[in-house]
Amino acid sequence: MRLRERLAHGEFVITCEAAPPKGADVGPALEAVRKLAPKVHAFNVTDLQSSVLRMSSWALCALIKREGFEPILQMTCRDRNRLALQADLLGAWALGIENVLVLTGDHPVLGDHPQAMPVFDLDSVQLIAVIQALNSGRDLAGNELSGRTDFFVGAAVNPTAEPLEPHLAKLRLKAKLGIGFIQTQVVYDPQAFVRFVQKLDGVRVPMLVGIIPLKSAKMARFMNEHIAGVHVPEEIIKVMERAKTPEERRQRSVEICARIVRAVRPYCQGIHFMPMGWEDCVPDIVELAGI
Amino acid sequence: MLVSELKPIGEILGSLRPGERVFVVACGGCAQTTGAGGEKAIQTLKSAVLEGEHPVVGALEIPFLCNKALIGLKLSRVRTTVDKAEVFVVASCGVGVQAVATVTGKPTVPASNTLYYGAFQGVWPAEERCARCGECVLAETGGICPLTVCPKGLLHGPCGGSYQGECELEPGRPCGWQKIYDRLAELGRLDLFEKFRPPKDRRRALDVPLSRRRTTLWDLEFWEE
Repeated sequence: MRLRERLAHGEFVITCEAAPPKGADVGPALEAVRKLAPKVHAFNVTDLQSSVLRMSSWALCALIKREGFEPILQMTCRDRNRLALQADLLGAWALGIENVLVLTGDHPVLGDHPQAMPVFDLDSVQLIAVIQALNSGRDLAGNELSGRTDFFVGAAVNPTAEPLEPHLAKLRLKAKLGIGFIQTQVVYDPQAFVRFVQKLDGVRVPMLVGIIPLKSAKMARFMNEHIAGVHVPEEIIKVMERAKTPEERRQRSVEICARIVRAVRPYCQGIHFMPMGWEDCVPDIVELAGI
Repeated sequence: MLVSELKPIGEILGSLRPGERVFVVACGGCAQTTGAGGEKAIQTLKSAVLEGEHPVVGALEIPFLCNKALIGLKLSRVRTTVDKAEVFVVASCGVGVQAVATVTGKPTVPASNTLYYGAFQGVWPAEERCARCGECVLAETGGICPLTVCPKGLLHGPCGGSYQGECELEPGRPCGWQKIYDRLAELGRLDLFEKFRPPKDRRRALDVPLSRRRTTLWDLEFWEE
């Protein structure tokens, strides 16, 4: 069953990030996808995450599709103007890719080619409108297209952003333009997520909550300091600190994630894993959380 | 106001051929106001060029190097030295460098890098900058320009990198869209925050159409040439 059907049927869905390789060898990325496939319904292929150069998202999406799994094309506004975005979308559709997660994209200054031109010809809200235009058989300029796409469009939000209101307002605008699913930034504080859900009035879109397994207390502190919008509560960092061996750390991390998953489950329709190299934790979390 | 700064001297000298006769021109407009033009730049460049062993045959401050008629007038009064010069070194914004190149028809070396523009912000580090986008949206954004206040120039609210009012670009940098949100809230106009704005017509920012160029001043400059 496709992602859109699963969500329409009220199924609890699991998605997971798959990062294209930093290079030409796509083998290990596909191997990771194959291993996770029994537990994951769809794979989000990142689009030069953190503005670090990697293989293009659509290429790995197409390869994942060829393996018989379902890809979600992540598309940022950072690197392509409106012509290139539309061209890539049409190409992705031809390759059988039907899910798109629309993102603003990190600024190039944060990545490994900081001298690059930040494009942002369109923003994420406008890109949603462009995809809706392609779905209706027209391009952004209003020209008629030969055939139309039928993309299932998703948007992102940070439920624990502070202050939350501007982000909520932007999400409402995205929902008005037509989105089929939401994947969130990582959530470590389930109560903050519940507060966010209660403020969502009017936005009725299936939501998948972001989970990143912590590798160590150090990683948690680093994210708190350097990753905008991520906040790991002190008590979680303390739990990670008390774990002394790598096995123990992994176990604690899996438990923390499973606890968050159980806590948010009644308020969402799925989980979105961003394992950052710890793909092998995902099945354990899924199992322990009982989903 | 266009804000410029002098290039490293080595870079300027690297653009000159050995022993070339140099004429230094400095702008007395924006460049002087922002510290990279006028008499100060002339003195810096003259001594640097001499140290680099290039004869300086002339030097001149011109009030506004963006005015080609004025450049023509001023240079015509020192015609003999201008004729002797093999290369012009120009302390000005990019407009001034191009204007000198057009008027003299000689090789022209920029002594400056043009950094940005917009009112007096070059002199006082203020925030109200204009990106001359040609499609002003300030009525909808509480009088704060999203194109210049947000490094991504977004038109619809903050990106995911905005946290506790800060931008993802560098610590301490305020998120522009948080500022716009707060201002609209103060004004009681948050309805504007959730308004859809179509993609910008980028042509407006990238080029000046021919019709716009045909002003009286423009014609005068052509006539002067």
